[in-house]
Amino acid sequence: MPLTADEQVLRHDVIVLGGGLAGMRAALEAARGGADVAVVSKVYPTRSHSAAAQGGINAAFSAEDSWEKHAFDTVKGSDYLGDQDAIEVLCREALQDIMELEHMGVIFNRNEDGRLALRPFGGAGFPRTCYVADITGQAILHVVWEQLVKARITCYAEWVATSLVVQDGRCRGLVALEMRSGKLHTLEAKAVVLATGGLGRIYEPSTNGLICTGDGMALAYRAGAALMDMEFTQFHPTTLYPSGVLITEGARGEGGYLLNSKGERFMATYASQRLELASRDVVSRAEQTEIEEGRGVNGCVLLDVRHLGKKVILTRLYQIYELAHDLAGVDLLEEPVPVRPGTHYQMGGVKTDVDGRTSMPGLYAAGECACVSVHGANRLGGNSLLETVVFGRRAGKAAAEEVRQVPFAGLSSAPGRDEHAHITELLQRGERGGLRSAVVRKEMGNAMREGAGVFRDSEGLAQTLETVRGLKGRYQKVAVQDKGGIFNTDLVSLLELGNMLDLAETMVVGGLARQESRGAHFRRDFPERDDINWLRHTLAFYTAEGPRLEYAPVTCVRWQPERRTY
Amino acid sequence: MQAHLRVRRFDPEEPAPQPRYQDYTVEAEDYFTVLDALIKIREEEDGTLAVRCSCRSSVCGSCAMRINGHATLACKTKLTDASKGRDVVLVEPMGNMPVVKDLVTDLQSFWDKVWAVEPFLQPQGPVPEQEYLASNESMVHLTGVMNCIMCGACVSDCTVLAVDPNFLAPAALAKAYRFVADPRDGASKERLRALSQYGGIWDCTRCLECVQVCPKDVAPMDRIMTLRDKAMQAGYTSTYGARHTIAFSELLKESGRLDELRLPVMTFGIFNLPRMLSLVPVGLRALVRGKMPPIFHRAIPGVEHIRRSFRSAEAKR
Repeated sequence: MPLTADEQVLRHDVIVLGGGLAGMRAALEAARGGADVAVVSKVYPTRSHSAAAQGGINAAFSAEDSWEKHAFDTVKGSDYLGDQDAIEVLCREALQDIMELEHMGVIFNRNEDGRLALRPFGGAGFPRTCYVADITGQAILHVVWEQLVKARITCYAEWVATSLVVQDGRCRGLVALEMRSGKLHTLEAKAVVLATGGLGRIYEPSTNGLICTGDGMALAYRAGAALMDMEFTQFHPTTLYPSGVLITEGARGEGGYLLNSKGERFMATYASQRLELASRDVVSRAEQTEIEEGRGVNGCVLLDVRHLGKKVILTRLYQIYELAHDLAGVDLLEEPVPVRPGTHYQMGGVKTDVDGRTSMPGLYAAGECACVSVHGANRLGGNSLLETVVFGRRAGKAAAEEVRQVPFAGLSSAPGRDEHAHITELLQRGERGGLRSAVVRKEMGNAMREGAGVFRDSEGLAQTLETVRGLKGRYQKVAVQDKGGIFNTDLVSLLELGNMLDLAETMVVGGLARQESRGAHFRRDFPERDDINWLRHTLAFYTAEGPRLEYAPVTCVRWQPERRTY
Repeated sequence: MQAHLRVRRFDPEEPAPQPRYQDYTVEAEDYFTVLDALIKIREEEDGTLAVRCSCRSSVCGSCAMRINGHATLACKTKLTDASKGRDVVLVEPMGNMPVVKDLVTDLQSFWDKVWAVEPFLQPQGPVPEQEYLASNESMVHLTGVMNCIMCGACVSDCTVLAVDPNFLAPAALAKAYRFVADPRDGASKERLRALSQYGGIWDCTRCLECVQVCPKDVAPMDRIMTLRDKAMQAGYTSTYGARHTIAFSELLKESGRLDELRLPVMTFGIFNLPRMLSLVPVGLRALVRGKMPPIFHRAIPGVEHIRRSFRSAEAKR
């Protein structure tokens, strides 16, 4: 019997699923609130994908800037789909949260006067992005991890959550597979905080790490919680060909140019004011248009930073200098690097309020896996790291407060035993030569890129939906070659694929229904934004037949929708 | 192109688990990294192959392993480079740690050692309302160390750790440096005291292996050397390592060359009988082989130039 089930139930007041920035920040805050906290993560926390965030984290620190201006830029960036009450929280609390990161030990770059330096970023009216060269995410992730070590918070690393435990409509914990031992554990909690990050691997290619498979979103969805705005997926304008690895927006923030095959700075045609620093949806569509109209270079456009000089490139952009060298064979000091739009970030996610509460009691979410919604239809660069710390903290605080009133339900180890039976069955599926999960995943990824990419229309979306549903059928026949219990990545890939297929369906169904163009969701058959019918959030609920959609109003407090130009 | 990989496999669930080598041939694109090839094997040919990986852009630190005998990140190693001049690319798990399965190693002792250096900022005094003021240079300098992604490559190939499991090893020591060199940290003196103990900064043999294999140019050994300087400046001069360093320079200052008879005496102390006695066999062997240093040590001609160099370097400190 390769897999085993733990007869013991592990109990913690608060269990945070995910060890990236949002998760660790939530765990720290819950611990400060007096709760017994554990982090469950499928990788060791420092391996989380927050580490890949390069450019920076936003707050209105400069004298001429204000949180209101930051909020307005975010609202405009969101194409008015972001909830303005949530955006206000994000931008107001940014200042203090970033100061706290600094006090924890983040080595932010400084000005001459020793205070935090700021760089310009896309869609922002002022330089307001704090940074650590182009390793900002890593530098923050590691420091928050240091705080986790300092606070001696329990961490179950390399544990893969397989399901949430729900009793009487309340989330009571989860079941997780410990990869090192092949043991399934039942973990009981008075509150669970989901912080599992993005789902970029649904697309092929993607800037996201291989671990970004939307696990938390899928667990919440299947458990009955509402997903929101899943049709909004961000395509980052500068990803490396062919690997899809990210080149920071900081490259353009520092003054880099985008050029077409004729050597023209084509952004002048699409965003005459902000040029390369228009919002990401605008720049990605511009690039895609240039490529489709024959002014691309082998399916890419060119990012040129040579004029910034050696010093800027090697001190502030040194990571991308290395990546371009290692993965594309390009010396950024000597030549431009080919880039193209690539899947980068999921604006949608598990619907939450500003304290991370989902539609299910006892279940919280924060970070990319959540949808508060602060990013609406398009996220601004530098706002995702910010979201993780602001809403991670708030979710952790709210969870710690709630658990003071909630007793343990006294779960038995039955959920773990049930999961054990189910997964053992999966493990017995197929032999060598059977259908591989990677085949299904790639078909899904290609279909999503083609039908639910930078440009969409009803025909393409409908076809993608058919493909995804077909793949869900074939998923039942995927073979697991590795029959072992210890560190079975073949099995984990299968579980991840199941999560991704469920989520892909919500993304396409949501996109097909939304007959307008807003932010990152651009419908060629409905090229205009339609505030009368579509200034509203899409909610998706799980049913056995596929997602059931509902709609919810957008909170507009200060700013009414206006025409959006850059 | 076709690439040939020889991968060290280990299945802990076999009846009598033994490592073995398995050969794979991969149809590879010319942009492939070794990781791309391993993923292709795992996805298309052999789903039982275990490897940790995520970001594919050398920032998560998951895919450290030995490629052609040296630790590195698989996602940072081009397959074409790794195949240059060889028939097969040799892929093995990291060294100096137990193997869990195939290329997956147990990093528990790695993390234990990082935790042992108290890897968190310990500022002194009240927390300022705004940020701590710091020079950009000091922060940029620390970026070089914060660049460490905790992949374990330096620990895998550390030659000291191979013979002394007590050694904190390069990654933890580089992490310690990150705090000692942080102008905001208030515990530097205490850190340097702790790092001067057995297993700490003086146990590095300066073999340079960690500097060579580090995929992020953290140069752990250089950080360890700077920690030694800082420890001595902070007054922690009673360790053998520090005494050896001091004796070395004192002797050079005196005569312009090393007096090998006095060096151990000054390092260990003349009344350190066990140590002194332990040197007797070495001395006897040297005598027998005619390698005994001269009893009457003489200064080299022009020794005053060397002394002047010392004075000028000391003045600059």
